[in-house]
Amino acid sequence: MTAVQELDRTPTTLAAPQSSARSPHFEWLHDAVVLTRRNLVHVRREPAQLSDVTVQPILFTLLFTQLFGAAMVLPGGGSYTDFAIGGLLIMNLATSAPMGTAVGLGSDMSTGIIDRFRTLAMRRSAIVAGRTFSDLLASVMCAVFVALAGLIVGWRPDTGPVGLLAGFGVALLFGYSLSWFGACIGLGTKGPESAQSIGLIILFPLAFVSNAFVPTNHLPAWLGKIAAWNPVSAVGAAVRELWGNPNPSSTIHEWPMQHPVAAALIWSLVILGVCSVVANQLFKRRTAE
Amino acid sequence: MTATMIEAVGLTKRYGETRALAGVDLEAAQGSILGVLGPNGAGKSTAVRILTTLARPDSGTARVAGFDVVTEGAEVRRRIGVTAQDATVDVALTGRQNLVMIGELSRVPRRDAIARADELLDEFSLADAADRVVKGYSGGMRRRLDLAASIVTRPPMLFLDEPTTGLDPASRAAMWGVIRDLRAGGVTVLLTTQYLDEADQLADRIVVIDHGRVIAEGTPAELKTQVGRQRLDVRLARPAPSTVDAFDALAAITSAPPVISDDQRTFSVAVDDEPGLASRVVAQLATVGVVVDEVALHRPSLDDVFFHLTGHAAEVGDSSDPSDIPGEVA
Repeated sequence: MTAVQELDRTPTTLAAPQSSARSPHFEWLHDAVVLTRRNLVHVRREPAQLSDVTVQPILFTLLFTQLFGAAMVLPGGGSYTDFAIGGLLIMNLATSAPMGTAVGLGSDMSTGIIDRFRTLAMRRSAIVAGRTFSDLLASVMCAVFVALAGLIVGWRPDTGPVGLLAGFGVALLFGYSLSWFGACIGLGTKGPESAQSIGLIILFPLAFVSNAFVPTNHLPAWLGKIAAWNPVSAVGAAVRELWGNPNPSSTIHEWPMQHPVAAALIWSLVILGVCSVVANQLFKRRTAE
Repeated sequence: MTATMIEAVGLTKRYGETRALAGVDLEAAQGSILGVLGPNGAGKSTAVRILTTLARPDSGTARVAGFDVVTEGAEVRRRIGVTAQDATVDVALTGRQNLVMIGELSRVPRRDAIARADELLDEFSLADAADRVVKGYSGGMRRRLDLAASIVTRPPMLFLDEPTTGLDPASRAAMWGVIRDLRAGGVTVLLTTQYLDEADQLADRIVVIDHGRVIAEGTPAELKTQVGRQRLDVRLARPAPSTVDAFDALAAITSAPPVISDDQRTFSVAVDDEPGLASRVVAQLATVGVVVDEVALHRPSLDDVFFHLTGHAAEVGDSSDPSDIPGEVA
């Protein structure tokens, strides 16, 4: 513990205080990327955190295709496995992405690290964004595992590479928008535990009252209506359409089921827009004192 | 020309029912150490949170490094380093990863941030632990890392909120050394502490805060004079009448009236701070044949300061510490 003599030479900050030639957006992105890297280090320390984007997708893919596949007959025909993979992708993303963000932010908020960040010359709003970025990377991993497990059980997309990638893109965009919904939950609840339980209460019905696992064609009218307008159904139908897999929802006469790709994009962007504004407000309120 | 690095006027802040600050003025000249002294819950942390842009004052204004903490927060943050009371490093990262991350978030290019981290790890004797996860660090190591994290950008203004609370004496002494070095390098430091000797050792000026108000301020010497002198306790080998002889013998050293214990064997008297005082006392008593069992000199403690200034003892209670009542629970 000896002298910190460098200070003699430079009694100003190392980062020149005035000059910030880079644009605000670049700074924000830079900060968010630095924090993303930090979150990834956390994951490396505790790889068990990744079980919901590795083990869970494999397990669910095997369970659903083997168990339900045996009993399920799709309206309009087709293989249940080909039908199910799109739904499984959405369902895994719709739970893991927002839960990851909610719990991760909830944990950060309950430690002193946020105070440290808030005294730095960084963009404060990058704190939440950095979390959603690392969860997007986890979502990509999740998608890879669902696809691999799907290929093993016999899923075959009937489309070109563009359609295939577009399907993944639509699903990941939706997962990313739900990350911001998760951010709202993480910032609106008192700690990681309550974020987790409240998140699950909201997300599980959302994932299940949809066409993710079962065709919704023969549901009671009121439930069918809810399922048709559930964003999860729109994304499920969009992914199936883009992949050329069986999509029984195409015969349902509701706008989102007739235009699943447009509906999926609209839903995702609306959720993203609303939740990012709300999350940033919640962050400000949570840290205001 | 000496610039004023901290200029706070009439700061007030409430957390619900708790009045954390009730009108506090603070001032620190560039290159000086300002000691903010007070017990738990006095409002020290709240003052730091306001000056470091973490909290807004309910009323009053504050400028740090010439910028308003409310309206020019971003400018303030570019010029300050902060070490909070609770370590605010990421325990899941290594020491090095923490320093590099904080450098990058402070707009230091990555390559420079890595070099600076190396430098700081060396300076703070953390090089051996650099690539270990902070979770496994000792309390002293965490504090050092926290302080290192605060000076990654070499800020001209540094806030240290109770930097030595809970440290063992060796770590504490080491921390004092670092703080002195920083000051020698031209850094202005605001340091809060519960320990009078710490403020005395480090600060150029001391502000004493209690119940959200400044109750005294001045240089350490001024403050000690104001508070009172050291207390000398003498325990005699035999009881009275030798006590009387002892007073007479000591009259040359102190003029204050002594307080005698009930058994007539111990007395206490206020004395001035002089080098070699204890040996003079013993020698003086020996001239009148008084044999001494025990001589003890007591420097004024924080308790004495508070008792003198407020008439009540310093309350050490965690429950009233405003840092424990963050406004975050919205």
